[in-house]
Amino acid sequence: MTQETIVGLLVSVLEFGTLLYLAALGETIAEKAGVLNLGVEGMMAVGAMASFWIGAETGNPWLALLFAVVVTAAFSLIHGLASVVIGADQVVSGLALTILGLGLAAFFGQSLALTTVLSTARFSALDLGPLSDIPWIGETLFSIDALSWLALSLGAVTWFVLTRTRMGLSLRAVGESAATADAAGTKVAATRLTAVAIGGGFAGAAGTYLSLVLSPGWSEGATGGLGWIAVALVIFGAWKPGRVLFGSLLFGGLIALGPRLQTFRCQDGEDIACLNFDADPTLVSMLPYILTVIVLIILSVRSRNRPSIAPAAIGLAYRREER
Amino acid sequence: MTAVELEGIWKRFPGVIANAGASLSVRSGTVHAVLGENGAGKTTLMNVLAGVYAADDGTVRLDGVEHQFANPAAAIAAGVGMVYQEFRLIPTFTVAENVALGAAPTIVAKGSIEKQVAELADRFGLATEPGRQIWQLSMGERQRVEILKALWRDANVLILDEPTAVLTPAEAQELGRITKTMSSEGRSIIFISHKLDEVKAFCDEATVLRGGKTVASSLSVTDLDAGRMAELMVGEATAVSQRRVRTTAVGNTALSVENAKVVDVHGRAVVDGVSLTVGAGEIVGIAGVAGNGQRPLADALAGLTALEAGTVTVDGTDLTTSSPRDRNAAGLAYVPEDRLGVGLAPRMDAVENAMMRNYTTLGNGFFIDRNAASNQAESLIERYQIKVGKLDAPLAGLSGGNLQRLLVGRELDGDPKVLIAAQPTRGLDVQGVAAIQKILVEQAAAGVGILLISEDLEELFALSDRLLVMHEGMISNDFDPDTATRQAVGAAMTGA
Repeated sequence: MTQETIVGLLVSVLEFGTLLYLAALGETIAEKAGVLNLGVEGMMAVGAMASFWIGAETGNPWLALLFAVVVTAAFSLIHGLASVVIGADQVVSGLALTILGLGLAAFFGQSLALTTVLSTARFSALDLGPLSDIPWIGETLFSIDALSWLALSLGAVTWFVLTRTRMGLSLRAVGESAATADAAGTKVAATRLTAVAIGGGFAGAAGTYLSLVLSPGWSEGATGGLGWIAVALVIFGAWKPGRVLFGSLLFGGLIALGPRLQTFRCQDGEDIACLNFDADPTLVSMLPYILTVIVLIILSVRSRNRPSIAPAAIGLAYRREER
Repeated sequence: MTAVELEGIWKRFPGVIANAGASLSVRSGTVHAVLGENGAGKTTLMNVLAGVYAADDGTVRLDGVEHQFANPAAAIAAGVGMVYQEFRLIPTFTVAENVALGAAPTIVAKGSIEKQVAELADRFGLATEPGRQIWQLSMGERQRVEILKALWRDANVLILDEPTAVLTPAEAQELGRITKTMSSEGRSIIFISHKLDEVKAFCDEATVLRGGKTVASSLSVTDLDAGRMAELMVGEATAVSQRRVRTTAVGNTALSVENAKVVDVHGRAVVDGVSLTVGAGEIVGIAGVAGNGQRPLADALAGLTALEAGTVTVDGTDLTTSSPRDRNAAGLAYVPEDRLGVGLAPRMDAVENAMMRNYTTLGNGFFIDRNAASNQAESLIERYQIKVGKLDAPLAGLSGGNLQRLLVGRELDGDPKVLIAAQPTRGLDVQGVAAIQKILVEQAAAGVGILLISEDLEELFALSDRLLVMHEGMISNDFDPDTATRQAVGAAMTGA
């Protein structure tokens, strides 16, 4: 295995990590407000299709990003209206959003399937001059695209807002006990709808990353289950932006590693490292879910004598006058 | 000066009129008691004042200004604070976060919020630790956090909904002191209660609600006595529970418990070496302050939790390791303390709830015979005079008395030999209590051995043949209710 292969792998880890982090961060915000949104996969597809369309039309990736974020946020409000305003079951409504999103993206994306997007319409690697020339770090961290850095800063902002501001306090309170937050003068429905829309916007950004960075282009089924991994990541990360970041890189690493495993066989004259085992890549792609189940078990055991770490009101609709 | 004026408040819920033109007038700087039975509409009226419920009709005035609150936030802004009976606190938030929630600065600096909360607490003499999370606190501490929440928002009118229900006597005294401090500052306090001694000790005036209407307003508490208060609340002079006269002799041992031990999740013994017997036709009462092992004992006897040590025998059959169903088949019936949740399923209908004990025998073993099930429910409804709207409507809307009649009726339907009744009349209105007590007396006369776990000494003295006291997981005393004094039993309950 050469340095080149390893750098290639690390870049791929960062790219998958960025995509997962954007989507999982948005889902964290929605779930912190008590709304489980299983529509991530569908929202991501809508975002990917929308951004690729505008990217192909205008050649401007930032415009494409903005459009995808707005469209996906609006799309996510279907789930918001159903579950928050009408009080429908969040699981059913979220699943419906995934199915609807995949369908809409496939339908509106039909004409885009064969289009190629100009290289100017993509988010390309940053050139930070001498920084990017540093071996290892420069070739990976300082050669990544602007959206990755944006994702990282969004993570920091999310952490700050959730833990250090009135807005965050209200949002978390709504997710722990809507009746309590209501009695304390917080606007429950507005807070939850906002959280869902922000989550939708983040999923739209993740979709943009998919179609304009990771694998430029659009085709039906492009999301390939990444949205579901993002949902699992929120649990893996215990609803904490920092841990979700760690989980995103870990899961991103597993996804990036899967297809490469076969090429890492020992060959004559290998100089750095080689692996000599016959791992089936599908086994590796199962690992995120297995890890999530293990973390779930650890969290449940840990919370036997104390309140659970999950937002307590997740999945529960709130009606003020219900007796 | 009138701080609060509620006039002609109407509030209807599906199938229930909670307030039918209720009114209330509270003078500034006073502690005002709102009295009434369960279901009299006290909490609904307070929820209207706190902006939780929108009244169907009527006016709300604060300091003479009319208000229509669209939500709790509007009521808070107008200076109304409410401490709910079931606390509205977030267990995983700190004291300071709970206090500041909804009224925090834009950027929440942990240290400075905690310092401000500590200062506020000091000013009113409310002992608290702002940095601790709510789930780690006692009920008394949680209540102080609720009061701090209202003070943080500078509430001028503070509603306390049955505030002493969860407090120890010492904590209740402390609460009385706090309310005095607040009222002396010119704040008005509305104190919901149905305990006369508290009302006389803590309050200046009292308003009594009955059936959603105000039947007496702003009485001076010095004019109130037990008889007058009961008459206003119930509408007629009620007979104090009469001592049961046993008509049959106590038969063979129906229930025998030997050296029962139950441990909680921490491995602590919550029931520690309890031995008791109940004869056929006998009512054995267990008195005790809540949390002294009554509930784990009842659950273990019913088979819901396992005994760590000891044996349970019903009518000669050893049931120590039997499942709840086998125990039931052997003649053990259980009316749990938590009637809506453990006893009955609120979202299921009367028919489904009525067949929970014997659904395996209705039908051919695969399909359930719905007609047989309906007939069974109807016969229970008729026999115990249960008021249910529709047979196939969820139970959730029924009153406590009707739910309890259905539960007790179902448990007695299989002609059990032993009935364990945990807090069977708690929270019921006067008629409901009388109906349930009558059923227990009839069953004892028919030869059922009854273990009656209750916190109501009146009830225990009226019904029991023998009265045991449970303290810290053990049976500490065995009284004869005909000769024992209430003082002696009360002292035993507190471990003296």
